[in-house]
Amino acid sequence: MAASSTTNISARPSGRASAFWQRLRSGDDIAYVITLTCALTILAITALLVFELFENSAVPRDKFGWSFLVTSTWDPVAGQFGALPFIYGTVVTSALALLMGIPLGVGAAIFLAELAPTKISNGLTFLIELLAAVPSVIFGLLGIFVLVPALIALEPAIRAVLGWTPAFSGPFYGVSVLSAGVVLSVMIVPFIISISREVILAVPTEQREGALALGATKWETTWDVVIPFARKGIMGSIFLALARSLGETMAVTMVIGNEPKIHESLFAPGYSIAAVIANEFTEATGELYLGALIELGLVLFGLTIIINGLARVLVLSTTKKGAS
Amino acid sequence: MLSLRRKVVNAVMLSLTGVCTFLAVGTLLFILGYLFFHGGTSLTTDFFTKLPTPVGESGGGMANALLGSAKLLLLASCIGIPIGFLGGVYLAEFGGSSFSFVVRYTTDLLNGVPSIVIGIFAYTLIVLPQGHFSTLSGGLALGVMMIPIAIRSSEDFLRAVPVSLREGAMALGASKAKTIVTVVIPAAKAGLITGIMLNLARVAGETAPLLFTSFSNRFWSPGWEQPTAALPVMIYTYAISPYADWKRQAWSAGFVLLMLVLTINICARMLLSKRGSALR
Repeated sequence: MAASSTTNISARPSGRASAFWQRLRSGDDIAYVITLTCALTILAITALLVFELFENSAVPRDKFGWSFLVTSTWDPVAGQFGALPFIYGTVVTSALALLMGIPLGVGAAIFLAELAPTKISNGLTFLIELLAAVPSVIFGLLGIFVLVPALIALEPAIRAVLGWTPAFSGPFYGVSVLSAGVVLSVMIVPFIISISREVILAVPTEQREGALALGATKWETTWDVVIPFARKGIMGSIFLALARSLGETMAVTMVIGNEPKIHESLFAPGYSIAAVIANEFTEATGELYLGALIELGLVLFGLTIIINGLARVLVLSTTKKGAS
Repeated sequence: MLSLRRKVVNAVMLSLTGVCTFLAVGTLLFILGYLFFHGGTSLTTDFFTKLPTPVGESGGGMANALLGSAKLLLLASCIGIPIGFLGGVYLAEFGGSSFSFVVRYTTDLLNGVPSIVIGIFAYTLIVLPQGHFSTLSGGLALGVMMIPIAIRSSEDFLRAVPVSLREGAMALGASKAKTIVTVVIPAAKAGLITGIMLNLARVAGETAPLLFTSFSNRFWSPGWEQPTAALPVMIYTYAISPYADWKRQAWSAGFVLLMLVLTINICARMLLSKRGSALR
């Protein structure tokens, strides 16, 4: 839509500059310029964000180069900084969260979209969306005081079943990579449910009718026809959930144990990128230490941008297909 | 005839999806119940009226943190809402296709940035040059977080206004700006207010970007240049402290914060379903 479509034609002056001022006076173009400025502000803020992260992490980038990402010594006193334990912690906790969150979230989405009557489905979805609004520090609070004691009580049972794997060996003090993974899975499930439900609802009814007419059971229809149709959108919801869990700070910081080492056991404490920034930022002294933490922020930023970008593409491509 | 196996698989899998739903909804009810039980019972009037006591002493409240959170939200609204709202007006009413795509894409990108990274941004922008923590930097961090949500929600609600309303106003001779201000925005009012409320509810619980911008403060924080306490940060510091009384207060603060966030959410959604149903 052209901005000047309603300008008074008879009032149009000849000179270019004076034409501009004339048009500004009409009100339409003032509104255009003001709103355009605000839209440009978004671009400016994002550009400034990237610039600041890049600029302020220059010292460790010059000193360590790419080895920052692959070495695992984090010793602020000696001035040695390697980000691997944090990257490992972030990736492993998020993977655990997805492992538990995907079946739960997709299962609930199927129930809400395919089985529950519309009224009940809308009511339950409302409750689940409220769960998504709970602040992360509250999840952390419950993590410390409810989840950690519960996991300590469950530990013998977990060990009895899975104790033979190295992932569940060694001592368990409650705060651990496992606890962080469980808290994260609870936090991401609402996202998976609400988006997946929407893409499943967008699957055309004819698809279901066709399968049912061929004699498929309700479950076979859902699993073999509806889910494959909504596959990309569900993948998108999972990527969005992943991006959120990678950047999640408070809940993870409170239960992960905050130890910058890589252990193969999930029972052992660990550390994540967001958690180390939260814990050490205020006490970081010197350009190198602070710069290393900001570089971690840059790494986290890069990770979430990539994952979010993939998610958008996937969700967009299904909702468009479903709408047509 | 269906084989028995297919019937069993059907029944088992369908009930499993019900179990998943039950687990998800049960978690919310558990969180609510537990916070009601632990936080509600330990909540006292001191919590709302008194300052925190010196380290290790019991008693005291979080009056300064409540005011601090209010100030931070006010500052964040002053930054986030005008930019987000007007940006949304641009996308809904003026935007061409390619530039709008760039703005939308960037908005989504900014929305996906972890809150702690936004905290670093506010830190490098204000705290680092000034050399001290301040309410101002915390407000900026929260304000930047509000922009992307404000822009997308206002665009969506303005777009939901039927084109016929715009055409009617223009046919009566109103300019485009006048049409937007007197017809489109009033028609989308309920939705726009809902968007702002949900936005505020989201940033009210943000902790990570405040840790090294507004920091914390055990006293009142006059003006905008000093560090200030905020409710979510207090929950964090009190929860990981070794003192039993602080842990009790962390529960009270958690209860107050959760009630605040959930009340705003429920009110906003009710407002939308009642007034905005004609537009959806």
